[in-house]
Amino acid sequence: MSDEKRIDDATGTETTGHTWDGIEELNTPLPRWWLWTFYATIVWGVIYTILFPAWPLVSGATSGVLGWSTRGDVAADIEAVNLSNAELRDSLVSIDLAVLEENEPLHRFAVSAGASVFANNCSQCHGAGAAGVQAAGYPNLLDDDWLWGGQITDIADTVRHGIRNEDDPDARWSEMPAFGDMLEREEIAALVAHVQALGGLEHDTTLAATGSELYLDNCASCHADNGLGDRTVGAPNLTDAIWLYGSSDEALTETIANARFGVMPPWGERLGEAQVRAVSAYVHGLGGGERPVGE
Amino acid sequence: MTDTPPLFAAREPIFPRRVSGTFRRLKWWIMALTLGIYYLIPWIRWDRGPNLPDQAVLVDLAGRRFYFFWIEIWPHEFYFVAGLLIMAGLGLFLFTSALGRVWCGYTCPQTVWTDLFILVERWIEGDRNARVRLWKAKWDARKIRLRITKYAAWAVIGLATGGAWVFYFADAPSLARDLLSGSAHPVAYTTIAILTFTTILLGGIAREQVCIYMCPWPRIQGAMVDDGTLTVGYRDWRGEPRGKKHENQTGDCIDCMACVNVCPMGIDIRDGQQMACITCALCIDACDDVMDKIGKPRGLIDYLALSDRPPEVPSGAAAAQPLVADGGVMALAASDVASAQGVYGGLTAGAPANATPPTWQPQPAWRHIFRRRTLVYTTLWALVGVGLVVALFIRPEIDMTVAPVRNPQFVTLSDGTIRNAYDIRLRNKHGEPRDFHLSLRADETLRIALEGRDNLVVPVPADSTLLQRVYVSARPQDAAAGTDRTDLRFWVEDIVSAERAHSDTLFFGKEAAQ
Repeated sequence: MSDEKRIDDATGTETTGHTWDGIEELNTPLPRWWLWTFYATIVWGVIYTILFPAWPLVSGATSGVLGWSTRGDVAADIEAVNLSNAELRDSLVSIDLAVLEENEPLHRFAVSAGASVFANNCSQCHGAGAAGVQAAGYPNLLDDDWLWGGQITDIADTVRHGIRNEDDPDARWSEMPAFGDMLEREEIAALVAHVQALGGLEHDTTLAATGSELYLDNCASCHADNGLGDRTVGAPNLTDAIWLYGSSDEALTETIANARFGVMPPWGERLGEAQVRAVSAYVHGLGGGERPVGE
Repeated sequence: MTDTPPLFAAREPIFPRRVSGTFRRLKWWIMALTLGIYYLIPWIRWDRGPNLPDQAVLVDLAGRRFYFFWIEIWPHEFYFVAGLLIMAGLGLFLFTSALGRVWCGYTCPQTVWTDLFILVERWIEGDRNARVRLWKAKWDARKIRLRITKYAAWAVIGLATGGAWVFYFADAPSLARDLLSGSAHPVAYTTIAILTFTTILLGGIAREQVCIYMCPWPRIQGAMVDDGTLTVGYRDWRGEPRGKKHENQTGDCIDCMACVNVCPMGIDIRDGQQMACITCALCIDACDDVMDKIGKPRGLIDYLALSDRPPEVPSGAAAAQPLVADGGVMALAASDVASAQGVYGGLTAGAPANATPPTWQPQPAWRHIFRRRTLVYTTLWALVGVGLVVALFIRPEIDMTVAPVRNPQFVTLSDGTIRNAYDIRLRNKHGEPRDFHLSLRADETLRIALEGRDNLVVPVPADSTLLQRVYVSARPQDAAAGTDRTDLRFWVEDIVSAERAHSDTLFFGKEAAQ
């Protein structure tokens, strides 16, 4: 340490008096306000850690005396959005669904809300793109083929009560018998050929002719003589290009012999009427939605 | 501990003296111009029709629009802002290489507001000597009264500064009414409060500390000036050795300290170029005034370049090194001046004894301004500018972006038709609602339909976008239904103006991955 003020010869700058291996440290003083600012940040930091969540503990962190949290912030934001949407939600619940499309702002609200509802609750089975699972019994909601009706009110009913579930007495219900117990193997093969013929697919014509008689006796009561199906009982149209469980010999044999029993849970209680209507509007607008005939 | 030098230095108060002259007058005009632009621009009206705001310059953060007179910028046109920033950067390069830190000295908000604050300070507390006396005076009623008056005036300026700022972000007249009636958004009040505080802090209290310690620009500019750059300098070859006029063999500098007293940065320009100098040129005015009084030619302190020294220095002294503090050095300490005096000593010692008055000739300034470097900057600057102007005129008023829906790639309908879906965002930049007609062109037969609409016309509201789902389908017998990919082009046409835009995309048929 030096006893007096040392001036560095080369630069003319005062030194701090610190010397290491003959190297001296020049003293270029910082402005004093900089030091005050530094102290101020320390004070700020102390106050901050008292007020807000800060110090990590073994299982959690100090919560801060203000009780603020990011989670609480998000909850408040969601609450505020819900509050600001309350009016729209109320009118969505009270409007006649058949005329929802005519109310453009409300329809837009329903469709965008419905997209979120769908992503959260429906996409697990029907897919994020609503294309279902091909040939595996989860219907594609983008096409124009509907088992239980494709008008927005039909869709809302299906969503509200579900299909073939035990939880909701109003669930859509029908049950195809397992014909494996009633028909011979050859008879089932003939039916398969006939059903393929109905759908305009490649088939064994000889077998199909045999199957025609069997079809009228066993299947026509639900699927109709011409194979167009019956939506009141959810019997699929066998003449179109869409096959929920596939149209191969194996798939159709399995369907006829052991039947299918697609189940969908009721969503009415879980989602509430507003979300049911919103998701119905969304699904109706995916490209296959039907409108009342005669308009 | 008494022998330990202080590691932190208190601010030396600076009391710039009033000065008048060419550059001071120029600075008053520039101050009036820049402050006028800042305060008045939000109040200019510009009629854009019933659907758009009528404020000439408006940053509409909520609506995500920037309005500048006849120009409206959408978020996707942010490249205009990038281009303007590039132009601002090149412009600064240009001005810095030609004229040194003119930005700092004349137009930097920190300089302009500090200048204004010093002006107010002088009106209230008097000129330099009075202010020094007041600084040293004990706290009596008069000092308290003057200080309160000064801070009150500064607060008014700060309030006006912050107040003007928020008008750029909302409709100025209605926001002004809301502010006065207390019903404006809290963000407006908070912004005004913060800017009021920072204006007083930076312009009134921190002043030169901002330039020396907080601003990165002095460091950058130190690297951008060269020997040919005009900066404020001191003709040491003419002024030294400095001293009283009557003494024999002295330079023109009479060491009156006028240049130091007027300096808002509190430096001595005779120490040479230094980082703390913002080249405000007030020392030139002060020195010229003194030179006039003692009957010497003006320009002892002047705009000059380092390269001016050799041609100007009288013969016999040309070998002397120019007196320059490194641009990167913070400021010269008192000891630098002492060593600098040694240089002057060498200079005068080398000059012939009893020399006639120096025959130096000022070098013309235009030679420093028109140089290859500045011409390159000017060219680049102009190219970017021309590019932006061209881009401004050819940008379309309607536009579309097509996002094919690929989950799933296609949908089979009950009659076997293959259908693809596309989310098309239609953009209407007109100030009124427009009807857009959508169509498609492809080599194969394809049909187009719009979700939720019976025809192919989409009404798009004024100055906004609309997302429309579009279906394109191929019947089973159409070639596209069985083809992996089919090229197609969407066209959108504004039915009123017949403007068109298109976008190319693909149709996926049944051969696509299943």
